[in-house]
Amino acid sequence: MEFTRELVFPEAFESSDIPYGLFTEEHEALRKTVRTFVEREMSPYVEQWEADEDYPRDLFTRLGELGLLGMKFPEAWGGSGADYIAETVVTEEITRAGSAGIAADLSAHRDLACLYIYNFGDDEQRKRWLIPALKGEKLGSLGVTEPSAGSDVAGIQTKAVRDGDSYVINGSKIFITNGSWADFCVVAAKTDPEAGHSGISLFVVEAATEGFDRKRMKMLGWRTSHTGELTFTDCRVPAGNLLGGAEGRGFYQIMQNFQWERLAMAIGQTAGAQRTYEMAKKYALQRRAFKREIGHFQVWRHRFADMASRIEMTRALTYHALRLFVHGVVCVREVSMAKYYSSEVAFKVADEAVQVHGGYGYMMEFPAQRAWRDSRLGPIGGGTTEIMKDVIAKTLGL
Amino acid sequence: MPITFFTPEHDQLRIAVRRFAEEELAPHADEWEEQGDYPDWVFKRAGELGLLGLTYPEEYGGQAGDYFATLVFAEEIGRCNSGGVALGLAVQTDMATTPVNRFGTEEQKQRYLAPSISGDKIACLGISEPDAGSDVMNIATTATWDADSWIINGRKIFITNGWRAHYMTLVAKTVRDGIETGHSLFLVDTDTPGFVRTRKMDKVGHRSSDTAEIAFEDCRVPADALLGVEGEGFKQIMWELQGERLIGAIAGAAGAERMLESALKYAKEREAFGKPIGKFQAIRHKLAEMATKVTALREFIYYTAFRWNSGEYVVREISMAKLLSGELSFEVADECLQIFGGYGYSMEFPVQRGWRDLRLNRIGGGTDEIMREVIGKMDGF
Repeated sequence: MEFTRELVFPEAFESSDIPYGLFTEEHEALRKTVRTFVEREMSPYVEQWEADEDYPRDLFTRLGELGLLGMKFPEAWGGSGADYIAETVVTEEITRAGSAGIAADLSAHRDLACLYIYNFGDDEQRKRWLIPALKGEKLGSLGVTEPSAGSDVAGIQTKAVRDGDSYVINGSKIFITNGSWADFCVVAAKTDPEAGHSGISLFVVEAATEGFDRKRMKMLGWRTSHTGELTFTDCRVPAGNLLGGAEGRGFYQIMQNFQWERLAMAIGQTAGAQRTYEMAKKYALQRRAFKREIGHFQVWRHRFADMASRIEMTRALTYHALRLFVHGVVCVREVSMAKYYSSEVAFKVADEAVQVHGGYGYMMEFPAQRAWRDSRLGPIGGGTTEIMKDVIAKTLGL
Repeated sequence: MPITFFTPEHDQLRIAVRRFAEEELAPHADEWEEQGDYPDWVFKRAGELGLLGLTYPEEYGGQAGDYFATLVFAEEIGRCNSGGVALGLAVQTDMATTPVNRFGTEEQKQRYLAPSISGDKIACLGISEPDAGSDVMNIATTATWDADSWIINGRKIFITNGWRAHYMTLVAKTVRDGIETGHSLFLVDTDTPGFVRTRKMDKVGHRSSDTAEIAFEDCRVPADALLGVEGEGFKQIMWELQGERLIGAIAGAAGAERMLESALKYAKEREAFGKPIGKFQAIRHKLAEMATKVTALREFIYYTAFRWNSGEYVVREISMAKLLSGELSFEVADECLQIFGGYGYSMEFPVQRGWRDLRLNRIGGGTDEIMREVIGKMDGF
């Protein structure tokens, strides 16, 4: 059986009422197909890719060809015309491949770069960047974070100065997922440093632009991810690259997109925790000590029960936020809760996975340590846990 | 239905239960807690309002509602500010009577279910014994067949409503001709000779609730006191426990939510070093963490209730809900008590009561440890 787009999408997704349980039969069929795809075309190579700290770019074209990059985008722009819930399915299944770096690159491309261009770009910009991006031919990234400004978006220093029919960008960006190899980056820069929140604008900067340099970063985990440090030195982009054609909207655009970005992270963290649990379970029921499988000792039975319970609860919270999101309900609080809690649970589960593996858990040849390193980013990326708690507290009137 | 399964009818029910709890019960809570008892009219009044048979068939006086009606009731009744009263009512509606509705004969339903729904008869459930709690298989109380009736001998302990109940839904080991036939359920009138209320138990929380120890001393009940099929009692009580644990989980989560609400209010009012304590980041983040856990817990319980209402026998998820609810509700209660400082520790304020009452959720209806056994085993460990 060869995977084709027709196999992934036997027929167009019917947009029907979203059930309380979120997933319809169509979603479940999609899940099965994507799972098989992941098992065949990703999982067998993951160990090698992790060892290489790299993977072939073709993976994106393959995903694009199958229509898996553009779940939530309309067909007119090369998307699959499905929905956010279908995309959730894709995220959950790709996470099962067990390479958080790849999942992160993919998410940066799809949930950040593509979504920004779709939501905030004009038709010309969508034609230029979104269509090839959804085919996987052009990779995108998003550049907001800087060496001295993370969640405090208003504090960015990168500047874009209008000069005739172009803008000249100066500054630097850091921790930009997909940034070291992407074909374009959606860059946040100050067009009016005096205007505070209203002085930030977004620009699409293509990789080949003169004055745009980048370097890949070495990280504790997410080793397959192409996370980069970007510098802009008198980097000149045409005025037509200003996203949406109007200055000063960048801050609000970033804030608007945070919800899906964080929700996508929560979905990934939850699926990651589930995968790590299964990996640890497999080992615990196979490894013997004192004449029985260690998973049958009460201490481990109970610790696995705790892990499973927390994972189910996290999933319920994440799906709750997703349910509100797809119904267009304001869900800043719930999304922040889901992002914070899922990343906490995912790391806790990974730490338990290392523990149950004993010495092997500490060895680089076993994947437990990778789950542990990879999931450590959860409470940091996309807004730290501390930022999430601040946001939640604000919604509680504190 | 997509965002929530609550209908406008559920919302109305919520308002009705809340009013009953806040206006008719809560004003007496301090007094009842102090005297370690509450009056029987609470059951009668709840029955009058139609709150004791929300999911039961109309022919027995019930409202024939779905499980979400029960959920709403369990969430709101806690607003009476006395865990003991809420638990007494929950035993009546969702623990002692559910087997009668499910396994009872028409006559048993007329005799026990209908008056329980109207609040005329108060029910209790007899599972735990001095030497057997969650280990139901180890129950030692026997019902021995003798000519045309059963003779019951044994002891039951921690029986909520046990002091005042008119009847008990009992689990005992049945014996015929000296041979054990398994576990079976019985409906025993508490005025039967040989049904002895040994003592009322003193507890750290749920103080208004009458918790009794019962002794059966050659207590003879007729053949038709048997509920359901002889020897099927273990299976029947395991089924009952699922509903009991789910409602316990709901009540615990709602209790945590109420504690959090009050701590939030207090943190906004109480000032220290020139600003409300809720503006200090340590307290803000603590409240954010609690709100997150309470929301996650509630949504998990809702989803589990949704599946239970659809007829799925979700033992694993109910056990998880019970475990998480017990742990988190007490954790939240403890953090809230901390936020209240000295007032939290003072008996004049209700915070300590919430803390004491919620502690039971990690024990009653199957301890945390039993829940982990169930979940772990179901997951293959």
